Amino acid sequence: MSLIDQLNQLEQEALAALEQIADLTALAEWKSAYLGKQGALSRLSRGLGALPAEERPVAGARFNAARATLEQALERTEAQLKRSARQSAFEADRVDVTLPGRAPAVGRLHPTTQMLRTIYSVLGEMGFQIWESPEVETDEFNFQLLNMPPDHPARDMWDTFYVETAPGEPTLLLRTHTSPGQIYAMRANAPNPVRAILPGKCYRYEQVTARHEMQFYQVEGIAIGEQISFSDLKGTLVAFAERLYGKGVKTRFRPSYFPFTEPSVEFDIECFLCGGAGCRVCKHSGWLEILGAGMIHPTVLRNGGYDPDTVSGFAFGMGPERMAMLRYGIDDIRWFFSGDERFLQQF
Amino acid sequence: MRVPLSWLKEFVDITLPIEELAERLTRAGLECEGIERIGVEGADLPWDPERIVIGRILEVRQHPNADRLVLADVDYGADAPHTVVTGAPNLFPYKDRGRLSQPLKGVFAREGAELYDGHAEGWVKTRLKGRLVRGIMSNAMLCSEKELGLSEDHEGILILPDDAPVGMPLRDYLGDVVLKFDVLPNMARCLSIVGVAREVAALTGVPLRMPEIHVVEDGPPIEGRVRVTIEEPDLCPRFTATLIEGVTVGPSPLWMRRRLTMAGMRPINNIVDISNYVMLELGGPNHMFDADRVAEQHLIIRLARPGERLVTLDGKEHNLDASVGGGMLPLLVCDPQGPLSLAGVMGGASSEVSSTTTSVLLEVAVWDPTIIRRMGTALRVRSEASKRFERGVDYELPPLVQRRALSLLQQIAGGRVAQGMVDNYPRPWKPVVLDLTPREVRRIVGISLSAAEIADLLRPLGFACDLINDGAAVRVTVPSFRRDVTMLADLCEEVARMYGYDRIPLTLMADVLPEQRNNPSLELELRVRDLLAGAGLDEAMTYSLTSMAAVAKINPADADASLYLRLANPLTPEREYLRRSLLPTLLEALAQNLRERERTLLFEIGRVYLKRAPGSGEVRPEEPRRLALALAGRRYERSWHTPDETVMDFFDLKGIVEMLLARLNIVDVRFVALTDDPRFHPGRAARLERDGRVIGVIGEVHPDVCERLEIAAPRAMAAELDLELLGELVEPVRYRAISRYPATTNDLALVIPVDVPAEQVTRAIRKYAGALLESLTLFDVYTGEQVGAGKRSLAYRLVFRAPDRTLNDAEVARIRQKIVRGLEHDLGATIRGEG
Ligand SMILES: [Zn+2]
Repeated sequence: MSLIDQLNQLEQEALAALEQIADLTALAEWKSAYLGKQGALSRLSRGLGALPAEERPVAGARFNAARATLEQALERTEAQLKRSARQSAFEADRVDVTLPGRAPAVGRLHPTTQMLRTIYSVLGEMGFQIWESPEVETDEFNFQLLNMPPDHPARDMWDTFYVETAPGEPTLLLRTHTSPGQIYAMRANAPNPVRAILPGKCYRYEQVTARHEMQFYQVEGIAIGEQISFSDLKGTLVAFAERLYGKGVKTRFRPSYFPFTEPSVEFDIECFLCGGAGCRVCKHSGWLEILGAGMIHPTVLRNGGYDPDTVSGFAFGMGPERMAMLRYGIDDIRWFFSGDERFLQQF
Repeated sequence: MRVPLSWLKEFVDITLPIEELAERLTRAGLECEGIERIGVEGADLPWDPERIVIGRILEVRQHPNADRLVLADVDYGADAPHTVVTGAPNLFPYKDRGRLSQPLKGVFAREGAELYDGHAEGWVKTRLKGRLVRGIMSNAMLCSEKELGLSEDHEGILILPDDAPVGMPLRDYLGDVVLKFDVLPNMARCLSIVGVAREVAALTGVPLRMPEIHVVEDGPPIEGRVRVTIEEPDLCPRFTATLIEGVTVGPSPLWMRRRLTMAGMRPINNIVDISNYVMLELGGPNHMFDADRVAEQHLIIRLARPGERLVTLDGKEHNLDASVGGGMLPLLVCDPQGPLSLAGVMGGASSEVSSTTTSVLLEVAVWDPTIIRRMGTALRVRSEASKRFERGVDYELPPLVQRRALSLLQQIAGGRVAQGMVDNYPRPWKPVVLDLTPREVRRIVGISLSAAEIADLLRPLGFACDLINDGAAVRVTVPSFRRDVTMLADLCEEVARMYGYDRIPLTLMADVLPEQRNNPSLELELRVRDLLAGAGLDEAMTYSLTSMAAVAKINPADADASLYLRLANPLTPEREYLRRSLLPTLLEALAQNLRERERTLLFEIGRVYLKRAPGSGEVRPEEPRRLALALAGRRYERSWHTPDETVMDFFDLKGIVEMLLARLNIVDVRFVALTDDPRFHPGRAARLERDGRVIGVIGEVHPDVCERLEIAAPRAMAAELDLELLGELVEPVRYRAISRYPATTNDLALVIPVDVPAEQVTRAIRKYAGALLESLTLFDVYTGEQVGAGKRSLAYRLVFRAPDRTLNDAEVARIRQKIVRGLEHDLGATIRGEG
């Protein structure tokens, strides 16, 4: 048999063997058997030297072509084998994607904290800064300086917890609102303008029910300066409501009464639960009371160190628990101080 | 305040639909909390105008087959009378008297009419159907008050006055609407029909109508017959008295009873009802004495004297000795023999009007609001009268109240009115006069109005307004019924109210922005909350108030009441003391949660309340903020992919605290073993210290405490840290340049006596390793045979790196050698496997 015939035969044999190969190990063996330095092709090519010189170039080209053919076939098979190996690996790796994932253990902030942060950030952008003041207060700061001398009938609006004190000491109580903070903030700033928010815990001597807690948060805001009017109060509150409840939220201002403001106002937004049609939450009025406000009473301004003839200001107060209750549809305020995870883990 | 529309309409024309009127009033500060309809469209039980009409009972006959039933022939405006079967006892007296000479009027309901079931509990609606009653067809009825929804009364049928028009739908005769208002303290004037009417008139631009009052003074002059002595003119600025003799006590007419009922008061008898009616109508509380039971007809207004007692109308006996505050005794109306009534609050039983009363001495006075309020609080007695006096009653009102009451008394109870009125008026009303400028309105309200426009807004409310200084200001004279208006800000509110709060423009503050400042303590709170939530803890808030029992559960030694601020008026014993630690309430929450779940991690940031040392000069307690953490239960949520069943222990909590300290950049905090704190496990607790200052405590909760709290977990962990101190210790974060050179890692397994704390080992390693030690990680702790008794093995991974070069092996070996020798010398350590 001629060398070329042998080459043809080898080529046919190699290709046939390649057909049979099913894994990469066998492929590697095939490669060294046919294409390796000591492989069949190399061995056969040694016979080239024995050919007459004139036949050699043609035969050599034929050998090169055969090698190229086998190498291409190898590449093809290799790619195919890799593909099918990957495929079976995928099969083996397949998971039920509906199984639950590995949850990172991340805790939750109390809903009141979340509400407070929203309030801080909205009002903070308007230049209001946070001031805090004591929870255990004197009668003077909680009532008298806020235009409620002893025997003022409006004191009935705040049922008060009193703290035992030694005879001769001033009356101490748990603040019924964060309003005493107004006095601190004013006295620290007078006669300069001030914009402050006063967040904190307050207390009322009140039977605990789904609607009333003995302990709750309040956020009060004040803005005092030489050009602050009721229309600024309205503008500020509407801007605040739009940030919290969406642009274009319907609002309502009603005259009201607080001893430390004059004029006083109650600020309502259209009930977002029923769209104003009336429901249980809004007591079928279509409106939700969001906060109370007013122009700071001249007596209070004076007690804070300002001259009410030249300086004016507004104040407003809101209850973050109530706002959170409305936001989330919570029907019982007692959960807020329960420390119960069934509640805390919902927000 | 409940205002029947029919009553309101006597004083003002209603030009708006009722809902719109209610909204208008609400937006003007008189909040309408509800509209109640009686019999009319929209009521719970609308009276069918076709089927429920006024009827005339012509004759009452015995039912042929039943002793306890009668037949009544009723003319209801149709062609022929209709026979009704009824068991109403109040018709029995008219039985078998033939055709009644004075027919009775009642409410006739025909088949198909919807009524309330008179026999059912509560309010159950039923439709009237024809049926045979003992052989006689009954398809109509005469109604009781209950069947119509007017009252609970089902004793007999409702008898209407003689002038009730036969055939008129009952809806048109008795149907009404009641507006319910929440009257704020500064709207005391609206605790009266006329006060509400004045607001309606001003807001809807119609005139207020004051009905004419007719009194025939046909008795002898009052002068010399009734005497009034005011001993306390500051507490009783005005006292008027009139006298009417020969009255007949009996029930009031239906219209008055209906109006009182709708207004929320119970009808009693004509005298008492008139007193209440006039109070509700005009806002002037008054009192009717049985004149014959007032000794010498001499009323003396004075303070109580030692030993005096009084039984009030409600049957309660009051000891009048007690101070009502400010060292003051109760204020009384007396006769020469003793107390008759608590002034302005409640009358006494001894001079009460009774069925035998024939002469009435009528008191209309003005009292100082403070004394009324104090008496109400001290004697625990409040009334509709005291409610009005506390808020301030119009000084100028008494003569009108007197005339209105006398005219009604004369009209309804008969009698002769004595001529004249005793009017003791020691402290006359001084009108408040204020000059309001458009500039002030602009400054406070933010709207530009002329003086004339301001005056136009105020006048309908009763303010007398004159333009002064060529129209530059309005001189406002405040009417006597507006005692709440004392200064310009009050007038600004009235202007704003009448202008309409909703019409005032929205502006954003044009004032200078006040100086801004940092709030590091709040920022710290925000950061701590975020870090702990990120670490998997849920934020709780618990009560600031606690009890000694709850404190004792955590630590009996802490339950020393003298250390705590105590409420003078606690609501419940569970919330009596202000807390000094967050742990009792937070651990209670932990225990509660563990009954529901297998793992709980909580934190709370809140204040504690610490008494100050006597003589500190500050009366308020200290209120430092604390951070408490509490956790227990499984380390991982139960899940299909994490089969770990382990429970949390000391190191879970410590890890969280260390993370917090690291992230806040608080360095060099030492954990010192805490072995004698009864709250904690003696072998698993530590005190956190920094340079000798105690930051807080951390540990596994003592098993005794767990038992007392019924904590359903093998171990519970808790920590309480001083947040104020943490804030002080925070150091600014400084960036360290990142080296471009490779690190060299070196492991070190040491064998050390077990009583050497790990912290000491790491300190020593750091000391000897010097600045090239980049990180140090303890990766194995081993005790057991291989290291021998009394020893343990600690294995550390040390990473060395230089900022400016690649470290060579010899350099690292030298450092390692230095560490090993140092540890050997300082702590008796040996290298494991080399010892
Ligand atoms: Zn609603």
